[in-house]
Amino acid sequence: MPSGRVSLFVTCIVDQVFPSVGIAMADVLERLGYQIDFPEAQTCCGQPAFNSGYREDARKVARHFLKVFRDCEYIVVPSGSCTAMISHHYEDIFQDDAAMLRTSHEMAPRVYEFSRFLLEVAKVDDVGARYDATATYHDSCHALRELHIKDGPRRLLANVRGLTLREMDAAQECCGFGGTFSVKFPEISGAMARTKIDSILRTQADTVVSIDSSCLMQLEGAIRRAGLPIRTVHLAEVLASR
Amino acid sequence: MNTAPIKIKQTIADTDLQKAIYTATGRLMAHRATSTDHLPEYQELRTAAHELKRHTIDNLDYYIEQFEQNVSAHGGKVVFCNDAAEVADFVLGLAKERQAHLIVKSKSMTTEEIDLNERLEHHELESVETDLGEYILQLAHQRPYHIVAPALHMTRYEVADLFTEKLGVENEVVIEKQTKIARGVLREKFLAADIGITGANFLIADSGAVVVVENEGNARLTTSAPKIHIAIAGIEKLIPRATDLVVFLKLLGRSATGQALTVYTSFLSGPRRGEEVDGPDEFYIVLLDGGRTKLLVDAEKRESLFCIRCGACLNHCPVYRKIGGHNYPWIYSGPIGKIITPQFHGVMEDPWLPFASSLCGACAEVCPVKIDIPKQLLQLRAEVSEGKKSGGTGSSERRGFHLYAWLMRHPGLFRLFGRLGAKMAPRPDGGGWIHRLPGFMNVGPLRSWMQERDLPPPAPKSFHDLWKERRK
Repeated sequence: MPSGRVSLFVTCIVDQVFPSVGIAMADVLERLGYQIDFPEAQTCCGQPAFNSGYREDARKVARHFLKVFRDCEYIVVPSGSCTAMISHHYEDIFQDDAAMLRTSHEMAPRVYEFSRFLLEVAKVDDVGARYDATATYHDSCHALRELHIKDGPRRLLANVRGLTLREMDAAQECCGFGGTFSVKFPEISGAMARTKIDSILRTQADTVVSIDSSCLMQLEGAIRRAGLPIRTVHLAEVLASR
Repeated sequence: MNTAPIKIKQTIADTDLQKAIYTATGRLMAHRATSTDHLPEYQELRTAAHELKRHTIDNLDYYIEQFEQNVSAHGGKVVFCNDAAEVADFVLGLAKERQAHLIVKSKSMTTEEIDLNERLEHHELESVETDLGEYILQLAHQRPYHIVAPALHMTRYEVADLFTEKLGVENEVVIEKQTKIARGVLREKFLAADIGITGANFLIADSGAVVVVENEGNARLTTSAPKIHIAIAGIEKLIPRATDLVVFLKLLGRSATGQALTVYTSFLSGPRRGEEVDGPDEFYIVLLDGGRTKLLVDAEKRESLFCIRCGACLNHCPVYRKIGGHNYPWIYSGPIGKIITPQFHGVMEDPWLPFASSLCGACAEVCPVKIDIPKQLLQLRAEVSEGKKSGGTGSSERRGFHLYAWLMRHPGLFRLFGRLGAKMAPRPDGGGWIHRLPGFMNVGPLRSWMQERDLPPPAPKSFHDLWKERRK
């Protein structure tokens, strides 16, 4: 039985819009025997500003993040995108700040996307979950291409009782969210979502699972707009279900 | 162009065009995947190609000099041009001296880049494209839609109508027969041409040779039938040694079309010598700067010059696959166009361009020379935000991000704002999502979101609140 203390960074979008994802993540980790720490001063990783070209603003938010999480042993995040921001892009924004660069380098190996933490630190691929669904897994781009997370979530899903996993033909194609891209270029973003949804429909799955709530917000927003009978769910919620 | 072209919406709404783009790029993607899967050393080759390009670009002055010496030793001549006008002047001057009237061209993005055909036409020099796709586009007065598949967007029916209109032939919808029609016209042009112009895929420094890859054989005719051959290429096309081609040729065809090698790979090193039967009497290589040296200054931007123009990033780009090739401001479309256009022309020319990406990274994943395109896009976005600051535009967005950054450093206030937002938000019955926003809220980014998607209301209680309750 693994044990120890993990600190949750729930991300701003989970905190404000999808808190049940954070709760589910905490449930799974607690059941595995971890003691949960939730640093109350946490807010955001700074990615929205970084991706929009406002690096000074991104640095300010990143400094706050580093301060809040500096002493945490493990930081677990229910998002590939926010994890990649911390572990890969803090380096980009702190090129001219040696102290912050060092802090972010020290932190990078301690920041884990949720599914990776389960597989690589807790070393479990079956958390005893039950979730009745025919599901398909959507690879979020930053998890897939920056963190190289691909098989892990599928392995975890394959061990969920009641869940049939179906691979879609465009699993690795972007959902079209892209942060501010989704509102700067709504037509392109919306069209990308619909292409993705077509691929989901071809699997005849009733559920789309991902490890990033922002992708799911994009997909479910477009699914609801089209009036389709598909639900979206974060991996943490599937794994917390019994 | 300050804002993205309106035509984007038309392209997305055109179902036939969408299908054409999807089918063509999808096929290229599938072919690439199959061919690289069968190449065990594929990833090592990518790394090697990246390192070779980096080494060459870092030492470009050395390799250009070596190249020039070797070309001269074979009886050819290297011509240095700073910009489009200088290239046109050179070609026009040479044509005048040799009393040339007809030029045949094989496909070259570099000559597209400098509008060579238009510049020559102004001086009553006929310049005919001989690649089938390029020939079709020249008849239609259009720009290439794609780096390697220039007429990717056109159906055979459109081509049939075009041939009937421009060539006076009967309407022919069978592609093989269309090719025959074009071939009939072009054969006469090859035989009558005074000058052949090509681009170059690689320029080999240690042997002074130009390498041209193609599938139709038209580049072979272009470089051998006319008495004069001019190859026009950007300075970044240099590679150090002929042996380095082993790396690049294995990657180029596979990344572009899934071919292990293109049908023809021509090595051209100088004019016809002594007793040789084939080849031109005169051989020129125009080395174009055209803004490239500006990129050399910046160690990170240099990476854009590694590009070997395979087009793989276009095929794999979900944005290119929606908006096609004609909504980009320059002839270079797709992810590579999104980084080199601002780098060549200045970021503030088309400030929207680096933002028209979801940063999905599919481009970098397939780039045979491992250009980190998303990283460059992010850098360009930062430059645009800086540029807007000095240009005094985009101030509401900038204020928005300043406010965001301030709020995110004040957790208590952030939570207070969150609670206010949660109170104000419309809350559809049964925990549903927002399908329509009240008018006063339906503005700015929210309006853009609502245009395409439903919106989840903020949760009644944030994770912070729920966690506090749980810990009680």
